[in-house]
Amino acid sequence: MKIILNNRSEEFAGDSLTISQIMEIKSFYFKMLVVRLNDTLIKRDEYASTQVKDGDDLKIIHLVSGG
Amino acid sequence: MLNFNQIKTILSKKVVGIAGAGGLGSNCASSLVRCGIGKLIIADFDIVSELNLNRQFYFKDQTGMFKVDALRDNLLRINPLCMLQMHNAKVTQDNAGIMFSTCDVVVEAFDDASQKQMLIEYMLTCYPEIPLVAASGMAGWGNRESLKVITSGNLYVCGDSSSEVSADNPPIAPRVGIVSNMQADVVIEILLRNANLNRDF
Repeated sequence: MKIILNNRSEEFAGDSLTISQIMEIKSFYFKMLVVRLNDTLIKRDEYASTQVKDGDDLKIIHLVSGG
Repeated sequence: MLNFNQIKTILSKKVVGIAGAGGLGSNCASSLVRCGIGKLIIADFDIVSELNLNRQFYFKDQTGMFKVDALRDNLLRINPLCMLQMHNAKVTQDNAGIMFSTCDVVVEAFDDASQKQMLIEYMLTCYPEIPLVAASGMAGWGNRESLKVITSGNLYVCGDSSSEVSADNPPIAPRVGIVSNMQADVVIEILLRNANLNRDF
């Protein structure tokens, strides 16, 4: 499947993956994040159950301290 | 196209909330007051310390003051007629709605990443119609080309999303100033883009 991940086109094997699986494949181990799937907020406890499909727009935004 | 008078008229009717009055919030507030925003609602519980003076909009003789009191003084020196609502309080899920639900745009200007996440999740869940301008990643210096705005619906995240503050990567004035003003610029962009000429005049 082909998705937009953080504004870049990315291809993954298979028809769908959970957000947790994508984070694992991409080695995203951020402590604090905001995840938006097609501009909808996905909370932490939904990462493992939310399926990402072909054509989806996924943003995994890393929140770091400082300000 | 809007002319300068129309821009000033539109902005003078807008309310912007700022959660946090540190390096991001204090500098963002000063820009927004200079732009003539109608009213700012600003919340912080901290006290001005000497360590803040390398990047925050405070002065040496204000150390020891509550940030909201010092910032009110400083903003009123820019424009004595600006409308300010200052809350000397830590923003939590229990009070964020009371403070910010009337805002046209809210700026997330916290220091701590877990606070950032709390406010972003709360506002996007409870007030998804209010644009939220957050910031992530502005420590250190240089690497300006990595500073950007990530947009997702009503959420805007300014910064590089990666440079975390640490002992050898401190927050310093230029980069914090750039990102706080990116936030102010996004606020103005949102307010003018959504301006309804029939309603606002």
